[in-house]
Amino acid sequence: MSAKSHGSTNEHSEAGIRAKSAMPELNVIKHSAATLQRPPVDEADRRLLAAIQHGLPLTPRPYAGIAAGLGISEAEVVARLAYLKEAGVIRRFGVVVRHHELGYSANAMVVWDVPDEQVTGLGHCLAGFDFITLCYRRPRHLPQWRYNLYCMIHGKSREEVLAHLEWMVNHCGLQSLPHEVLFSRRRFKQRGALYAMPAGAGTR
Amino acid sequence: MDTTDRDIINDLQGGFPLSERPYAEAAARLGLTEDELIRRLDDLLEKGALTRFAPMYHAERLGGALTLAAMKIPADEFERVAGIVNGFPEVAHNYAREHEFNMWFVLATETPQRINEVIGEIEKATGYRVYNMPKLEEFFVGLRFEA
Repeated sequence: MSAKSHGSTNEHSEAGIRAKSAMPELNVIKHSAATLQRPPVDEADRRLLAAIQHGLPLTPRPYAGIAAGLGISEAEVVARLAYLKEAGVIRRFGVVVRHHELGYSANAMVVWDVPDEQVTGLGHCLAGFDFITLCYRRPRHLPQWRYNLYCMIHGKSREEVLAHLEWMVNHCGLQSLPHEVLFSRRRFKQRGALYAMPAGAGTR
Repeated sequence: MDTTDRDIINDLQGGFPLSERPYAEAAARLGLTEDELIRRLDDLLEKGALTRFAPMYHAERLGGALTLAAMKIPADEFERVAGIVNGFPEVAHNYAREHEFNMWFVLATETPQRINEVIGEIEKATGYRVYNMPKLEEFFVGLRFEA
């Protein structure tokens, strides 16, 4: 998204403005829809994200515990998290499940070779199914890799995944498009991304 | 795992309250006491059904970058190469898949430039080409699982 949309997205600007008047210790920040696309994430936000990325304490006042560690107030922790959620920096805040342990052992990446002008329409069609967990357009690498539309289907068995796939093919009219199903054989590493490091802390 | 555990997992994959007593608020929604919710979460973490209670970030909005990458590795080289790839801290997860392109991993980096650097480093360390498959368009991200 381009910053050029600034000022021309009136239908979104109202929702994009938030005043933190209830949190007097914070500056009042106003965001237009355009700046919400690229919100400022400051050093204190980064320190906060780094402090909670391994998990929130299981104590009655978890944000107070985090705040104490950072030397800021509990209210500021809550306000900053609310802001980061609203700005879309935090996509989702909740429990992170291990899907294998919940019985989702069949994990298929389905890749399609779709004419470029049809990718967006078909992508939205696939994304409408509740058993689809991710759906993206990605580049081809011809001649080795022809596929440009990807979706993930997580199921409890291969049969279930393949039945979902067949239903999807029929519903979205994908019968004539080449595709492949890449089931996972082994999960080597699954720890989620850790990138909320304070500046200078490096990676781990 | 009983019905209550399943309810907790289904309810708390998103929308965790931002308030002074978030567990109490979430517990009320589930018809539990704060103590019981905390105890059960602790237990689910202990058992490995949950990995953590934390935010999922939008890498790009944090100034970082994410990409999916794939490699074609001969069967007799697979273990060695997987060991090298998994040793990179930028590799968030890695799956073996049934295909000629048999290794698929996600790179998460603090800056967009770092993606290409890491890809170059992996190619150099393994001797195999890395195919970068960044997202060009996102139709859906809703990695939620019904327990």
